[in-house]
Amino acid sequence: MFDQIDRKDLKCVGHDVPRIDAIEKLTGEASYVSDMILPGMLHAQVKRSPHARARIVRIDTTKAAALPGVRSIVTGDELDYRVGLYVVDKYVLAKGEVRHYGEAVAAVAADTLTIAKEAVKLIEVEYEVLPAVLHPLDAINVDDPTTPKEGVPLVHPKLGEYDFVRAAFTPQPGTNVANYTKFRKGDIDKGFEEAEWIVERQYSNPSVQHVPMETHVAIVQWQAGDKITIWTSAQSPYAVRNLFCHSFKIPHKNVRVVIPYIGGGFGGKAGIGIEPLVACLSHKAGGRPVKLQASREEEFSLLPCRSALTYRIKTGVKKDGKIIAQKMTMYWDSGAYADYAVNVTRASGYSCTGPYEIPNAWVDAYTIYTNKPYGTAYRGFGHVEFSWGLERQMDLVAQTIGMDPLEFRRLNCLKPGSKTLTGEVITEHTGNVLKCLEEAARAIKYGTLTPEEEARQKTTGMRIGKSVAGLQKAPAMPPFTGSAVTLKMNEDGTVTANLSLTDMGQGTYTSVAQMIAERMHMPVSKVKIAFECDTDRDPYDWQTVASKGLLIAGNAAILATEDLLHKAYEMAGQILRAMPVDLDHDAEGVFVRHHTAKRVNFSEMSVGYAYPDGNGIGGPLVGVGRYIAQGLSHLDKATGQGNPALDWTYGAHGIVVEVNDQTGEYNVIQVSSVFDVGRAINPAEVRGQGIGGMIQGLGTACCEGYIYDKDGRLLNPNFTDNKIFTAMDIPEIIDSAVVETAQLDGPFGARGVGEHSMIGVCAALGNAIQQATGAELVHMPIRFEDVWRGINNKQPIDHWITKSPMGSCRSLPPEK
Amino acid sequence: MKITVTVNDQVYIRDAAPSKNLLHFLREDVGLTGTKEGCGAGECGACTVIMDGKSVNACLVLAPEADGAVIRTVEGEAVMGELSDVQQKFMEHHAVQCGFCTPGMLMSIRDLLQRTPKPSEHQIKEAIEGNFCRCTGYQQIIEAVLDVTGQLTKDNKGELRHV
Repeated sequence: MFDQIDRKDLKCVGHDVPRIDAIEKLTGEASYVSDMILPGMLHAQVKRSPHARARIVRIDTTKAAALPGVRSIVTGDELDYRVGLYVVDKYVLAKGEVRHYGEAVAAVAADTLTIAKEAVKLIEVEYEVLPAVLHPLDAINVDDPTTPKEGVPLVHPKLGEYDFVRAAFTPQPGTNVANYTKFRKGDIDKGFEEAEWIVERQYSNPSVQHVPMETHVAIVQWQAGDKITIWTSAQSPYAVRNLFCHSFKIPHKNVRVVIPYIGGGFGGKAGIGIEPLVACLSHKAGGRPVKLQASREEEFSLLPCRSALTYRIKTGVKKDGKIIAQKMTMYWDSGAYADYAVNVTRASGYSCTGPYEIPNAWVDAYTIYTNKPYGTAYRGFGHVEFSWGLERQMDLVAQTIGMDPLEFRRLNCLKPGSKTLTGEVITEHTGNVLKCLEEAARAIKYGTLTPEEEARQKTTGMRIGKSVAGLQKAPAMPPFTGSAVTLKMNEDGTVTANLSLTDMGQGTYTSVAQMIAERMHMPVSKVKIAFECDTDRDPYDWQTVASKGLLIAGNAAILATEDLLHKAYEMAGQILRAMPVDLDHDAEGVFVRHHTAKRVNFSEMSVGYAYPDGNGIGGPLVGVGRYIAQGLSHLDKATGQGNPALDWTYGAHGIVVEVNDQTGEYNVIQVSSVFDVGRAINPAEVRGQGIGGMIQGLGTACCEGYIYDKDGRLLNPNFTDNKIFTAMDIPEIIDSAVVETAQLDGPFGARGVGEHSMIGVCAALGNAIQQATGAELVHMPIRFEDVWRGINNKQPIDHWITKSPMGSCRSLPPEK
Repeated sequence: MKITVTVNDQVYIRDAAPSKNLLHFLREDVGLTGTKEGCGAGECGACTVIMDGKSVNACLVLAPEADGAVIRTVEGEAVMGELSDVQQKFMEHHAVQCGFCTPGMLMSIRDLLQRTPKPSEHQIKEAIEGNFCRCTGYQQIIEAVLDVTGQLTKDNKGELRHV
């Protein structure tokens, strides 16, 4: 809505408005859950499993309970609550068996953190260590993953008994497959018959950690009468409440979830985490509030990570460069629990042909249980992972047929009239990936070396490579996802909006404030978005995920503004004795268009209008806006056909890299990103999302990943052994641009862009390195030694499950 | 044991366990929660404060070591609600997203600027290398520091390009 207004006609939207939460964050006054202390609050600690898979023979809490200051201890035996987003497969505490290293087996609440830590040490747990299954390809019958594999332990023997969301998922009881999703488009056999060249590769990436700077933290108070308050550093207050109530069978009205400032999320706080466990501790401690904050080590293994992925892509292409067929099989490593991983599998499945038209496509995507910390949502929701292989594959196919990779992308990319994997027809309003690719190429001076770059090669002895990768993503969400926003007129004519979409740093609140201000004809300074979310007071939003918040909550906010204005016009019409159709408004109030001196201010109408004699009319001004995605559908389980995409945000990354072709060392010189955002509501914030994601993407591309020993113990749960990007690691040139093809149902034409900046960076880097050196890379991240191996035609190493902490790495299981 | 510290020109005398670190002492005993804990192991820099003129990771300093010290935290940046120069430029350049690394980041920059009033881009990067930020990708933070030191030009002023 309001998608066709020219940028120059907008006063608030489209401008670099400062963040509305900047001051409190800059002064240290913003209060995060980790800063909160409640009267009578106890501190919790967790006893974690040192084994990947083991039977819990005995837990003895006697000594811990005897420690002065310990107020409650819980173990899995006494709790019968299971939690799960899509497959309800996880006990609040491990019960009978632990399924991954770091899993919680017991927890303590005590007067102080020191006492709680001491008490956890005093809990004795006897385990019978069981054989663990660590690699997803070891966990399934690769010939047919829907059938059992002899001799492989089942992570969830009772998978067939679990509740799950039937409309979207298909668990395979008796196997380790938590979900199987498939997509069929055209005639794959005929497609490959017609192909003149076929390229096939296997790719992989390990699990990675989100690294929000604030680790997961929750305070829960379970009071008498089952009245429960949860203060949590989470992205989605209503999802926490709904999942909590589902597990504990407690009425929704009894549970209040409060979310203040959040120290980053990136998907890791999208669903429910430690809240149920903390609730149980509070319940047992007689209703005292209990706080649990994950240590950084716990953030890596008690809490979820991004799933690892192993996948094969087979592409058939005609000599003229048109892709005719593609088959893709994805093995997602869910870890011990399904959490969001099953939906990552589904959503990346319907997207995994990338921004390209492939007439005959076949996708099999499996979510596979293993005995490792479990996978969840992470910025990009599967797209960062599969785009690595897909965009590498596009370059490899182009090379095979002797075509320039950018030209190959131009030829095959989605254009108006193209059909996606699920049968959706692309229109001129969907977005323009071609323009993004062209601009990224232009920005890095693709296809040539400048004189400066030539000189730089001579000086450094390094070789410069350039590449462009395309990307796309739509929100992964139920087809009926909705949000509501309320807007209140304050007595002085300022307005306050309430919503339960959270702002974890992405800046959506500022954009929403700009859109409200634009419609109210007010400066943004007169708009407040209430920062603390509270399910008792704020209207519903499904979840703060999927880059859908700006569109759905943004539309709801506009509709709330329209509703408030409608009521103000009705009241003003009476007061001014005018038809509402002849009214207009400015920042101060409503006036008659043809007698502008006839006006009534918002402040006079805010709590209802009072005539001089005291008679009142109207009542307080409140607007309500509700918005729901429209025209979307579940996917057909047999073919994957349907309409899952609210909006497609397209983009491209261009990378310039210099590589030492003797050692494999490289520096990323430049990254240029272009996204078709529909409308940049706040250009500086769009740039912030663009650069932030790009650098997070480079972390994933260059160095991040979980490393396990052969028994499934995580070896690098810290920043010394699991590096993330610092200011010293960022490229010399960082460039960010947008295309604005208005989204017809987007607020002021806007689309989401929160996740997209992270997608495709890795592949663009891999392609640029190959362009510079010839090194063929199939594993992400690209460590220097991987480049060296590629240059020297050595077998790539996969990596991340070592035979010993010090020893060499293990190769993939042999291909059948 | 009794510990006396001067934090942002205010004197605090508190009893604390000798094993307590300065970060927890500031947050729990002094009551200033602006300084954050990101890892507790000296790796992420979220807890950076200035102690006796030098930036330190407060999680790696024992509270007794800070006895008698003069400490500056993020709460000492703004005066009577008026943002400092660095804070102001952080706001203008969108150098804040989730805000959790921001207090430590500001302290590292304050430390840099008192040593090097006109730092090069490389010096800025070095100064904040120990402060992890997962949101911004650092670029807008660097631009804010260049601006506050009068070094932002048309060429290095970062802007979103509309194509």
